[in-house]
Amino acid sequence: MSKKIGDVILDLQNISLRFGGVKALTDISFNVREHEIRAIIGPNGAGKSSMLNVINGVYHPQEGKIFWHGNERKKMEPHMAAQQNIARTFQNIALFKGMSVLDNIMTGRITKMKANFIEHALWFGRAKKEELEHRKKVEEVIDFLEIQHIRKTPVGRLPYGLQKRVELGRALAAEPSMLLLDEPMAGMNVEEKQDMCRFILDVNDQFGTTIVLIEHDMGVVMDISDRVVVLDYGKKIGDGVPDEVKNNEDVIKAYLGAGH
Amino acid sequence: MLYREAGQFKTSYAADQQLFPIRQDRIGLVLLLAVAFFGIPLFASEYWFSAILIPFLIFALAALGLNILTGYAGQLSLGTAAFMAVGAYAAYNFQLRVEGMPILVSFICAGLTAAGVGILFGLPSLRIKGFYLAVATLAAQFFIVWCLTKFPWLSNNSSSGVISAHNINILGYAFDTPRDKYLLVLAIVALMALAAKNMVRSSTGRAWMAVRDMDVAASVIGIRLMHTKLLAFAVSSFYCGVAGALYAYCYLGSVEPDGFSLDMSFRILFMVIVGGVGSILGSFLGAGFILLLPIFLDITLPFVADLFGLPFSSATVSHIQIMVFGALIMFFLIVEPHGLARLWQIAKEKLRLWPFPH
Amino acid sequence: MEFFFEVLIGGLLSGVMYALVALGFVLIYKASGVFNFAQGAMVYLAALSVVGIMEWGAPLWLAVILAFAVMTAFGIGTEKFVLRKLVNQPPIALFMATIGLTFFIEGLAPMIFGSDPRALDIGIVDEPIPYILENWNMVISKFDLVAAGVASVLVATLALFFQYTRIGRALRAVADDHQAALSIGIPLQHIWAIVWGVAGFVALVAGMMWGARNGVQFALTFTALKALPVLILGGFTSVPGAIVGGLIIGASEKLAEIYIPPVMQDLFGGNFGGIEGWFPYVLALLFLLVRPEGLFGEKHIDRV
Repeated sequence: MSKKIGDVILDLQNISLRFGGVKALTDISFNVREHEIRAIIGPNGAGKSSMLNVINGVYHPQEGKIFWHGNERKKMEPHMAAQQNIARTFQNIALFKGMSVLDNIMTGRITKMKANFIEHALWFGRAKKEELEHRKKVEEVIDFLEIQHIRKTPVGRLPYGLQKRVELGRALAAEPSMLLLDEPMAGMNVEEKQDMCRFILDVNDQFGTTIVLIEHDMGVVMDISDRVVVLDYGKKIGDGVPDEVKNNEDVIKAYLGAGH
Repeated sequence: MLYREAGQFKTSYAADQQLFPIRQDRIGLVLLLAVAFFGIPLFASEYWFSAILIPFLIFALAALGLNILTGYAGQLSLGTAAFMAVGAYAAYNFQLRVEGMPILVSFICAGLTAAGVGILFGLPSLRIKGFYLAVATLAAQFFIVWCLTKFPWLSNNSSSGVISAHNINILGYAFDTPRDKYLLVLAIVALMALAAKNMVRSSTGRAWMAVRDMDVAASVIGIRLMHTKLLAFAVSSFYCGVAGALYAYCYLGSVEPDGFSLDMSFRILFMVIVGGVGSILGSFLGAGFILLLPIFLDITLPFVADLFGLPFSSATVSHIQIMVFGALIMFFLIVEPHGLARLWQIAKEKLRLWPFPH
Repeated sequence: MEFFFEVLIGGLLSGVMYALVALGFVLIYKASGVFNFAQGAMVYLAALSVVGIMEWGAPLWLAVILAFAVMTAFGIGTEKFVLRKLVNQPPIALFMATIGLTFFIEGLAPMIFGSDPRALDIGIVDEPIPYILENWNMVISKFDLVAAGVASVLVATLALFFQYTRIGRALRAVADDHQAALSIGIPLQHIWAIVWGVAGFVALVAGMMWGARNGVQFALTFTALKALPVLILGGFTSVPGAIVGGLIIGASEKLAEIYIPPVMQDLFGGNFGGIEGWFPYVLALLFLLVRPEGLFGEKHIDRV
């Protein structure tokens, strides 16, 4: 591995998030460095997905500060995360069911397309040129993920594993500097998992994309991630390189129960 | 065999992304337009122009407008007729009050006025979804019709808000026969359908569909929900507004606010459901179907009644019509939720192999 | 001041009538997640069945029982032939199907029972209560008061039914989660049939009240349009919401009709009556912008 891990680009400080009376996250701090693969693990209900939702602005934490490239982020809406080059996938596939694979991945480039609806309607000016340019980029993503044969299939008709791959494609199409993956391998068989691991490592390696991922398969997490943060009941109980985390008392307790 | 794309290789993305990638579709469309522009005017009678073809095109345009909002952007509206009313009255007032405004400019302004009103009534869509929004659009339906009835200025102080369309004169040529009006409507509808097709195949349309299919994911990708939804309301209302202006100027000649009733809104919704939700072609198929059905029933029902010796009053015929409408909607939703447009697509797929099924 | 209270009370009482129709919506929505636009048409069908059967020579009590049978059969038929086939479709498709159902009923009912407007006499006259007229100088209709009483009894019964019976519990379970309810052995289709039966009963009560007051005619289907803003205000899932929403809409609509048009007349000239067609909608809409989940609805958090 020749990649170079850079400076901290995302820094979360003392994040707390509540839904009514329910505490989802309590006083969590951790950071993400440029080019690294950062895993978030923890038992079900530990607050992992909430954490991702805080990072890309779907949820707004009541307390804490978020620094993005050293600047504090104040007001945050989901579409602003996309403008800052943060893309993500979802735990339960969130593809646009009525559209083809190609169109789904094309939507990933929507923030980069500047033509307005009048240009589209009249099909003049930037409209046609843009459609073609971005189609080319999208085809690169399609090649990269090896899904050329299903390009024009409506995503609703695809099997689960391929849908997950298309969703990754939609996120990649945005050429993100940071990619948030919410259980990208859940429900996959071994072969599909291997493929997905390969794609994640390639993305990280070839494009230098920083990756934050949630995953339950410990084998995968320990293999591919640079650093791991462990959550339990909305609190951080461990943080470090895989080997450190593996031997952390609290982490073992959380996963195997107090008896061990 | 006739309908087969084998041998038509696409060597560039431009070729793959053109409006109708399959050659037979292009030929078919050109033929259809040729017949509509040159064939029909030669043969059709006055009755066909003013009772069938003109209303067909106008309602297809309105259905197209609703389809943009409901079929593509996923926001159900029950107030389509009201937006048509805005268009009709706006066109009337522009013609009446702006000296020398060309009629086509009035139509565009009518569309823009409707778009503005559409944005206003689309605002609730930012906070509410689904049925709540559908009910909210009923507010538009009732409020707009009421305003048009009660503010005398809007109808130039005519009693109960009736307005009479001005004569249509474009560049010195008077469009006064049904055939002229048909050609005018046809040209406008064809251009607007093309524009709609262009919008839905580009990123504007993809943003609408993304919001329709999963709004949270859409916003995470960077689609601004507010902007996208309001744009759908605006464009949809523009189409309905122009349809309304044509309805007054090229179809009925004089209209009253109550004519743009909730019932009319429902009929346009039915056109979209029967024709195909989220399909440009479907808007036309649906409009044709819903308009022709009552005519068909009017002709056949008494005949059937005679056959069995049943006494059929005209009231019964109209009751049966309403029943058939209702039953058809349920039937389509259950059996073919994508409507006639989907049936057409299936037929085309069959045609690829026909007459050799394997 | 007396006039104000007279309008207010009249409004509240007619609000109860709106709530009566809204209840039918809430019941079906709670149990099956279907927003049944045809509720107004069902009110029409129920009232028309009663007068139609009476015209065939049956006494009132028998006509009511037979009409109830008609409504139940109709509800079960709807469930079996339409809604069951639309399981797993998006809710908006079900909603559109009920619009189709509305048209179907609006064609079918008058074809069987005739379409001329008719009066329905259930033995209560629509006249001011003398006692109140003499002592407080206010016109309060006897009929409206009885209707309000009937509605209150109906609501109380339904609330008890939902809260304390086995079927009521099953209904609430179904409303929460179809799959889960099915997996613990609740017969889903049974439950839906019952719900449609109950909704038919509510439509029958509403139909008789409205029919006796305004005559049995096509306009009865518009009662649904009166009930929709009530639902927005009260939330689609709340029985108390339907009641409170009905009262608010009824009262504010009547007050608005009295007090707003004169103001507008001063401003613009002309006649601005008839605002009750849209006023409830705009009121409900403004309310929605402040509180999207309605008065008693629960706040919804999107999970991703």
